[in-house]
Amino acid sequence: MKSMLVGLLILFSQTPGVLKTGNPPGNLQAVDTPNDRGESITLKWVLPEDISGIEGYQIFREAEEESLHLAGYAPAGKTEYIDELGVKNNVGYRYQIRSISPEGLVSPFSEPSPMVKAYPQWFKKNLTNSLVMIIIYLGLILYFVQAAKRGKKIFLRRVPGLDALDEAVGRATEMGKPVLYVPGIWPMSEVATIAAMNILKPVAKKVAQYDSRIIVPNIYPIVMNVAQQTVKEAFTEVGKQDSYKEDDIFYLAYEQFAFAAGVNGLMVREKPATNLFLGAFFAESLLLAETGNMTGAIQIAGTDRVPQLPFFVAACDYCIMGEELYAASAYLSADPRLVSSIKAQDWGKMAIVISLALGSALTIFGLWFIISWFTTG
Amino acid sequence: MGFWQRLLKLDRRWIFLGIGLVVIFPLIYPLKLPVKPTKPSMDLFNYIDTLGPESDAVFLVNGSAPSTLPELMPMLQAILRHCLTKGVPVIFFGGLYPQYIGVAKMAIDEIIKEFPDKKSGKDYVFLGYIPGVSAVILSIGIDIETTFGADYYGIPIDSLPMMREIKNYSDISIVIDISGTSSPEYWLMYGQERYGVNFGVGCTAVSAPAYYAFLQSGQMVGLLGGLKGAAEYEELMARNGYPTGKRPATVGMDSQSFGHLLIVLLVILGNIGYFVTRRAEKTRGIEQRRKR
Amino acid sequence: MRRTLPLVIAFGIGFAMLIQYFIPHPISENFYNVIVQQWFIIIFAFQFVLALRSFFMHHIRKISQKKEGYWFSAVAIASALFMAIAGFATKRGPFFDSLYKYMYAPLQATMFSLLAFFIASAAFRAFRARNLQATLLLVTATIVMIGRVPIGDYLWKGMPDLVEWIMTVPNMAAMRGIRIGVGLGAIATAMKIMLGIERSYMGGE
Repeated sequence: MKSMLVGLLILFSQTPGVLKTGNPPGNLQAVDTPNDRGESITLKWVLPEDISGIEGYQIFREAEEESLHLAGYAPAGKTEYIDELGVKNNVGYRYQIRSISPEGLVSPFSEPSPMVKAYPQWFKKNLTNSLVMIIIYLGLILYFVQAAKRGKKIFLRRVPGLDALDEAVGRATEMGKPVLYVPGIWPMSEVATIAAMNILKPVAKKVAQYDSRIIVPNIYPIVMNVAQQTVKEAFTEVGKQDSYKEDDIFYLAYEQFAFAAGVNGLMVREKPATNLFLGAFFAESLLLAETGNMTGAIQIAGTDRVPQLPFFVAACDYCIMGEELYAASAYLSADPRLVSSIKAQDWGKMAIVISLALGSALTIFGLWFIISWFTTG
Repeated sequence: MGFWQRLLKLDRRWIFLGIGLVVIFPLIYPLKLPVKPTKPSMDLFNYIDTLGPESDAVFLVNGSAPSTLPELMPMLQAILRHCLTKGVPVIFFGGLYPQYIGVAKMAIDEIIKEFPDKKSGKDYVFLGYIPGVSAVILSIGIDIETTFGADYYGIPIDSLPMMREIKNYSDISIVIDISGTSSPEYWLMYGQERYGVNFGVGCTAVSAPAYYAFLQSGQMVGLLGGLKGAAEYEELMARNGYPTGKRPATVGMDSQSFGHLLIVLLVILGNIGYFVTRRAEKTRGIEQRRKR
Repeated sequence: MRRTLPLVIAFGIGFAMLIQYFIPHPISENFYNVIVQQWFIIIFAFQFVLALRSFFMHHIRKISQKKEGYWFSAVAIASALFMAIAGFATKRGPFFDSLYKYMYAPLQATMFSLLAFFIASAAFRAFRARNLQATLLLVTATIVMIGRVPIGDYLWKGMPDLVEWIMTVPNMAAMRGIRIGVGLGAIATAMKIMLGIERSYMGGE
């Protein structure tokens, strides 16, 4: 491997012959590697005119406390090398490079590079465009929130899956059966799970108002804790704190399919009239939805996990797709501040669509210097 | 009730029985239908095929829990077999979650029997589970030794001959995540995007469509999608004269072929039944209106 | 105070995590490692105290009240205790490995393989050519199902290439569209949480 090569090259470098063909690479430039944590120097060079018989390039380094020594190797054809082996921050380094043939013959050294020091950076300049976009997006959200506070009306299209929540909870009440709410199988740090908790509140409120029962099995204990708190608050807000049962919001199993088996068992035994699968779901999605379908429950599912959407569409009555899940909280609460952020999302999408069209046009006309503004490389 | 109406109300247990039979039958009597490799599989195979004993290491990640083992184990074994045959140094990471490590152990134990001269720490390194998920991926970019400390068998990494010159992603030729979850997205975000390491994926068939976008954007070197991807890799191994073992994925593809055929047949029958009964209902409605 | 403090923490940590993404300095890296790796491990370990309490309380209550299927709860408790004792007593030795290999792994694989049965019955029931869109979906799904297996190639040589085209052109375009929407939605939700606009996950309005 690399070490063996370097070792061999050290051996060769001690008994150099003269490379008959090929010259050392020219114009050796050494710079502090940009946008990094330091301890790294990037070298660039121009290939010699005659490259026949060259197997690679030996890179030598010297510093105040290091004599000139072999520090790396780049195969033939390469014009760049990143030196990270033992490079220290704030120490001046100088490099030289020479070509080597398969027989171990070497060319003379190149001109030494200018002295260079490595530093850790405080900002990734290559992500400037991302930062600008985030600031603009944040500005849009704040603008629309302010606009909503001033009373500006924002139109939201109907989402049948969310409209059906009321009917689904009502049906469970009529049938005297519980509502099953599964908040996905991801931890609390995931946006889909947060969205699931946001929807749980209005659902639990409706359940409490109708004097019905809600069962929330959980895969993560922290999600369970949040769910318990959310449902308790919802029951308290409608004055039904006595109807709240902590045991109905419980930890089931940490493992995906053990959890799926547990929820399926629950559906078969308790026969909930309504199943709500809202959050991040994976391979268990169809196992849950199909079992629910067998028990005859009305089912509403929503996930941002795109590959699972076809399964939910096939087995559930309503499906909330992708970002609709995140918007559900705003939709259900009708809180203008929350609704306004959806408007900002629309503008963000518009910006991306325009960028896509612009990018395509610029590519056709070969305007690469503008295209480079859109990349993060 | 007519035939089509009865068919539409067919007890789903008959369907389960049908699927069971068409899956089991080819496993007992394999047909060995030829598998045609697709470009994403060939890209991954060709990349690994260009590597040799002097190349940077392949960092193979097991992202398979026992549930996805039948689909993903053939991929793990085929890639391990490929690397070890060619003498490419392999770092085999047991997984980002604790339940994966058992699968990884099963894979390496099985493959290493075919290579009695290959030694742990010298030709390959087996790394165990450590918690952190995204933090682990990031930390490998800084230093593998400080991230893991020791290999699966408890031997300090700095004492393993193979690891002496392998510090972080810059000494890795490619990271390949064989995954039954969305972990490739983590490797993309924290490994490929942040450190620029080459990246390849093997995933369950259901997840494969989601990764084509990354393939086209060049963020992934190649992709093995489901059992088919594994069978394609086995086929490429065979075509290039490498050992293939029992080719479990290729055998499984016969079952999958007939399973898919049965589902297509069921869908066609269901649709015929749907149109026939709908027409019958319409005709009945017209007749009733006429009578009134 | 009960609401303000969590909001301040959410804003502070959220903002710090956002900023650190743009800073490559080792201080930023260390901060990330402390927050994500070390805090994560601590919280991860402690959450199982909550889990164990809930698990045992839930099942013991079911057994004591002799609810329907209460003996499943007895099996759950016995299995959990058995695995835990086996793990501790054998220090995850060969016996524990055997439990993993011959019990845990087949159980998991069985659950996953149920998907094959369920997708067949769901497809039979739900895949109907009700309108133009549904018909397009049906035809595409049929082509992909046949073309993704060797028998597709056997029936028509061009089938695998057609499937590859479906996957790399229409499928990828749709996936990208949904992903962009999901990404923007996730950023918007994260920002709403950071700014305290969205707080129903805390139990408040």
